[in-house]
Amino acid sequence: MGQTIAEKIFSKHAGKKVYAGDFVITKLDLVMAHDTTCAWAIDPFYEIAQKVWDKKKIFIPFDHAFPAPNVQMAKLQAKIRKFANEQGIPITTDGVCHQIMSERFINPGNLVLGADSHSPTGGGLGALTIGVGSTDAAIAMATGTGWFRVPQTIRVEISGKLKKGVYAKDVILSIAKQFGPEGGNYRVLEYGGETVENFNISSRLTLTNMSAEMGVKAAIVAPDKQTDVYLKENNRPYAFNKDLKSDSDAKYEEIIHMNVSNLSPQIAQPPDIDNVEEVQKLEKKKIKIDQVFIGSCTNCRIEDLDVVYSLWQKHDLNPQVRTIITPASKRVYLQALAKGYIEFFAKKNVIILNPGCGPCLGRHGGVLYDNEVCVSTSNRNFTGRMGSPKALIYLSSPATAAASAITGYITDPRKFLN
Amino acid sequence: MNWIFENNINTDLITPGRYNITTDAHELAKITFIEYRPEFTKNVKKGDFIIAGNNFGCGSSRETAVTALKTCGIKAIIAKSFARIFYRNCINAGLYAITANTALISERDEIMINIKKKVIINKTRKISIPTEISPLMEKIHQYGGIIPFLKIKGLAEFKKIIT
Repeated sequence: MGQTIAEKIFSKHAGKKVYAGDFVITKLDLVMAHDTTCAWAIDPFYEIAQKVWDKKKIFIPFDHAFPAPNVQMAKLQAKIRKFANEQGIPITTDGVCHQIMSERFINPGNLVLGADSHSPTGGGLGALTIGVGSTDAAIAMATGTGWFRVPQTIRVEISGKLKKGVYAKDVILSIAKQFGPEGGNYRVLEYGGETVENFNISSRLTLTNMSAEMGVKAAIVAPDKQTDVYLKENNRPYAFNKDLKSDSDAKYEEIIHMNVSNLSPQIAQPPDIDNVEEVQKLEKKKIKIDQVFIGSCTNCRIEDLDVVYSLWQKHDLNPQVRTIITPASKRVYLQALAKGYIEFFAKKNVIILNPGCGPCLGRHGGVLYDNEVCVSTSNRNFTGRMGSPKALIYLSSPATAAASAITGYITDPRKFLN
Repeated sequence: MNWIFENNINTDLITPGRYNITTDAHELAKITFIEYRPEFTKNVKKGDFIIAGNNFGCGSSRETAVTALKTCGIKAIIAKSFARIFYRNCINAGLYAITANTALISERDEIMINIKKKVIINKTRKISIPTEISPLMEKIHQYGGIIPFLKIKGLAEFKKIIT
């Protein structure tokens, strides 16, 4: 019987052929825990082990609030630093965990555990990258293994050419609208079709990243030429198995077809990721905004900054709006620097933060006050996510966020893209 | 008592990001639902239940949400469904996460869970509600969580119960 790509990856790591519904214990290629979740993994780790299973396969990034914004966060980071030093694991401080893993570590066909809910991001490279909590990360660091129920796969087949001003973020917001916050629970979402094949890796990572908001165990795009190009660009050519894709007779739970030719820019209204509306409709309400955040593991790669740069070429930004950019990684930062974007943004009075999660989770770098409104390119608009529980967070593409930074209210970006 | 919650309660509501900066479980217990339901920490008692709708525990992977509820003394979370990372975290923490038709339970109903028979007895309404409890969760719960389980029984025994 044919297998889905997810079943193939689980089979390879379990050492036997497995299918959806099977329980397996597998080897892991990489384990990640960051400056919040790692802190909770240390005590359970030392309860069951002295040394990590392979220090080269453990990745500890400080990204959620770095440099530490307060004493409590400094304390967590000090605890993790001590653990990392004891174990001989280097700590990275130069970008969002999922972006760094995509740039430096994840290869097609890998099975990766991350103590962070947006771990499905790495599936954009054709790997299975699964989010867990701190205790699972501790056990994985100790044993190099994880246990799973092999999930069902839903295939999302996307066709059509996106119109100007419409991006992968708009596609995933429209999918979130359709699926809701539980629509992918326990499942793998496998994205394919001509639109996805034409997406670069940056766009694919946006799709897989935001799939977390639908509850998925993993999201994946089968590796192809685009993946090849990306891996080479990131200095790690990797010869992946050309059969690393779902078999033609693989069993899916469901296959969903969508055509995106007529899709317009989309925006998720607070506090739900599936409360999605067309930007052009919301624009009529002239919703005044206080902050624009262009960043996070969803949308702050160089391709996103290319869009923002081109959109702001002939326009000043609204001085009533605090506009914040956090490049997703040092690599993205250096790319932006080389292209002259950093100087350009600084002259537009944009606040440029160090690579990392930035204000996405309300811990530093742009916390919102009561009744303030933020347009964010991140992935969560939950109540209280970015600060005050009375603040309102709208989620959009970088283009919509950039257009809104010009006008000071939620704005369809297409009028600035001629 | 039973603390009633609706659908899609996310972990940012349980332990909000900017308070969630400690590795002290008792500190966490003090911030549980701090903004979403400020009376929770004042009135929660050991043995109380969380009764929720669909997709309880969605969003962030933070295990602190489970640790906080467990430290508050919550005996079990009963929901129509759970988000997967939260559910895994409950297994690991040795906190019961049980699926059932929670529309049949109100705040003041006296309820009892019979794990063996997989039912919830609602004494107030004189009904029994069928539930689903994962055998793995049941096993790990007996040891108070996966870490105590691994310390006592070892990884080989864990592999046996998984496969």
